[in-house]
Amino acid sequence: MNLAVIPVAASVSEWSDSFLERLPLVGRDWLTSWLPEPWRWLVNSLLSIAVILSVFGLLFAYVTLAERKILGRIQNRPGPNRTPIPFTKLRFFGLAQPFADGVKSLTKEDVVPRGADHLLHFLAPVVLLAFSILTFAVIPYGRHLVPVELNAGVLYFFAAGAATELAVFMAGWASRNKYSLLAAMRALAQLISYELPLLLAWVPVVLVAGSLSTTEIVAAQAGWQFDIIPHWYVLTPWGAAGFAIFMIAALAESNRSPFDLPEAESELIAGHLTEYSGFKYALFFMAEYFGMIALSGMAITLFLGGWHAPSPYLEFIPSYVWFMGKLSALLLGFIWIRATFPRLRMDQLTRFAWKFLVPLALINLGNAAFWSLSLHWSGPLQILRWLISVLVVVGPFVLLGRKLSAGVAPRVYRYAV
Amino acid sequence: MTAALVLIAVFTLATAAVALSLRNLIHSALLLSASWFGIAAFYLWAGAEFVAFAQVLVYVGAVSMVILFAVLLTRRSRADTVIGPDSVARAISAVITGMAVFGVLGVAILKTSFTRFSPAGVPALPGGTGVSPVIAAPTATVRDIGIQLMSTHAAALLIIGILLTVALLGAVVLAAQDGSESKQESP
Repeated sequence: MNLAVIPVAASVSEWSDSFLERLPLVGRDWLTSWLPEPWRWLVNSLLSIAVILSVFGLLFAYVTLAERKILGRIQNRPGPNRTPIPFTKLRFFGLAQPFADGVKSLTKEDVVPRGADHLLHFLAPVVLLAFSILTFAVIPYGRHLVPVELNAGVLYFFAAGAATELAVFMAGWASRNKYSLLAAMRALAQLISYELPLLLAWVPVVLVAGSLSTTEIVAAQAGWQFDIIPHWYVLTPWGAAGFAIFMIAALAESNRSPFDLPEAESELIAGHLTEYSGFKYALFFMAEYFGMIALSGMAITLFLGGWHAPSPYLEFIPSYVWFMGKLSALLLGFIWIRATFPRLRMDQLTRFAWKFLVPLALINLGNAAFWSLSLHWSGPLQILRWLISVLVVVGPFVLLGRKLSAGVAPRVYRYAV
Repeated sequence: MTAALVLIAVFTLATAAVALSLRNLIHSALLLSASWFGIAAFYLWAGAEFVAFAQVLVYVGAVSMVILFAVLLTRRSRADTVIGPDSVARAISAVITGMAVFGVLGVAILKTSFTRFSPAGVPALPGGTGVSPVIAAPTATVRDIGIQLMSTHAAALLIIGILLTVALLGAVVLAAQDGSESKQESP
């Protein structure tokens, strides 16, 4: 976490350098102050790695618990609630459940099929997890909390994410199981299909912010209109459309319901995870959640103003708390969607990506170009600018939706009335 | 710095060489991806961040998938590892294509004039004592690359775009030749 001073365009309030804001840095410097100077940067880097791993490891553990509890609530059952704190009888709604799961997956037998490609079978979860952890490096978690500052940070994030496809294929192929291989092919078709709208959704942000660096994109979203409306990209017409496309594609990229075809437990057993057990299975699970958390973090950075508070009156709350709050809200949205939507079919999935999301994302790119060209418009022209931009978002959405769903929707349920 | 370069070079070349010698095509394809990672590492070593990440995004993310799909869809079984040429004509055309690519790349490399750059951050020395004057390494931002692509190299960019579109359409035409399947409309 570099001590780099991030340029905040306007409105540097008295809170931007408060003690709470600097607390992580102060803590780190206190921990490494006894070291000789040449060693300090190394220990500092190791410390930030350790903090990221432990914070997001814990977050992963509790997101799984939250998911099970919330899904249970939505489906009218209590969810896991019987795991006590060890050596006590305190249950606390099953708060110790993730640790019980961890111990269970560690002690379970690790089964490898006889015909499997042992090396690749072992490497697949490792590679997958490694690349999903790499994506955490460039997300700005707070005003002073950026693990690595890269000029092409956004590109780095998606490059590391793209490499996970290889791991899914390795898992499916090395298992030597027809269900695994079929599911791996399905997973690849899905990942490649949704890679395109995912990439096209963030290009407008880069276009308008004029930078590929995550810190500069966050800095470009600083400031407020009338002290209550933040300058986040999600509050512009193209930003809202981009955010929606990004989140849909992120759902698909992280294999979440309603795009969980690769695992589709009722059709393909568990897809490329079929032949995995014990801790390797847990690693896959972990990588999936890490991917989801990282993509949410990126969505916050690109569209939701990063660590910025929604109003200057709320700036006394430190920036990393805002980031975590936004992250929890997005993760909650992911869980809610999983509980609500039925799974798509394969042809619906690819059709949705190629015929709907990709054209809309391309149009959105033009929209963002118009937005940045009309930056100097003022007065009544400002209203015209918003009107045109909204029309460019809504018009193609309605037309394309009508055309694609002609003859298909609305669906009539003949058997389950 | 040189040690890192040697490590990267050995890794890249070794994975590529092993990929050539293996009989298992899937292993070869995966090793080739590892080799592309090595090339990306080299770009990072040379300070070309953008190119390095684009390399990973395009080659490891997409091109490796194309290769893996091609291998999976053209082999009848796991035991089908005959990787010799189909006929003499094909072997000759493969050799000609390979030589052509090698020739183009070789000429391009030989015709490029290399300038010796001082390491990043070190100010340029007036007239280095070496064979060529040492000047400060240029810092290419993403903006510079974009402007270059859209002005000096716009024609090349357009030609490559058209070429890729033609290749994509050709692939679709080849794949959609099964008459019975294209008739079937999804509900």
